[in-house]
Amino acid sequence: MASTRVNPTRMELTRLKKKRITAIRGHKLLKDKRDELIRRYLDLVKENMELRRKVEAGILAANHNFVIAKAGMSEETLNTALMAPKQGVNLEVEKENIMSVDIPSFKYKTRTADAADVWSYGFAFTSSDLDDAVASLADILPDMVRLAECEKSCQLLASEIEKTRRRVNALEHVIIPETEANIKYIVMKLDENERSTQIRLMKVKDMMLDKAHGYTDKIPTD
Amino acid sequence: MRKIAVMGDYDSIYGFQTVGLSVYPVSTAEDAKKTFHKLASGAYGIIFVTEALCEQLSDEIEKYRGELTPAVIPIPGVSGNTGRGIEGVKKTVEQAVGSDILFSEEGR
Repeated sequence: MASTRVNPTRMELTRLKKKRITAIRGHKLLKDKRDELIRRYLDLVKENMELRRKVEAGILAANHNFVIAKAGMSEETLNTALMAPKQGVNLEVEKENIMSVDIPSFKYKTRTADAADVWSYGFAFTSSDLDDAVASLADILPDMVRLAECEKSCQLLASEIEKTRRRVNALEHVIIPETEANIKYIVMKLDENERSTQIRLMKVKDMMLDKAHGYTDKIPTD
Repeated sequence: MRKIAVMGDYDSIYGFQTVGLSVYPVSTAEDAKKTFHKLASGAYGIIFVTEALCEQLSDEIEKYRGELTPAVIPIPGVSGNTGRGIEGVKKTVEQAVGSDILFSEEGR
């Protein structure tokens, strides 16, 4: 901390005192921001976890269904059935603001009015397993979109929390102690200067008295 | 108006086209990188990537981590769950809190 020595002047002292007040205020604000971010983050990450478990289980089940469907019919029939999808999804991305962090909010619209209307093929040549497989996938789509929203928000919040935490720590452990040490140093130095001036004046007075009257005041000189 | 894309090996993702997502089957790593960049800079708000492919694209995905869109989300492929998705959530918790508080208390 003694590496950057400051000028022991009154002007510098005033500047440092102001700096300390700002730093303490900033530290308090950033700490509050960090706490609130973490609170929001923990809620979000719990939801994220639950959704992820649900979606992963759902996709695995859907994949399972698709494998069974594929086994029950020829490759060409399957490809033809899925070739021209009837359903389309349009995604609307909006920004939401949590403590100055922009997080996305996804809303989606399906092309057909009924979101469950996903069968793009006639039922004559395909197995019923395929119908189940497609339906199981359509069921988890809303959760998948919500998962995407949650997970992205978690990532963005996490990096902001990390940044804020670093700032809080830098203020708390470096900037504020350093400023305080410098203030203390200046105060000591100024006091020391004042004392030495006082002593010098007293000595001068003694010398002058001695010269004029051969008279010494209280302080005996050697 | 954005769209949702799914990337991965064909067997894992072909079903998603029925529910209205755009599927991009890729086989080689270079192909995957090219496709990923095209999708990420284009009209896609969410890109679901199979966990196996995520492994190969981790550098590319990292670049878009701080952006609002696209959200790159790992999903299990047909070959099963590698646990990478959960791993990713764990990583953000570690980044945010400094230690892995959520999962230790759940006692995985």
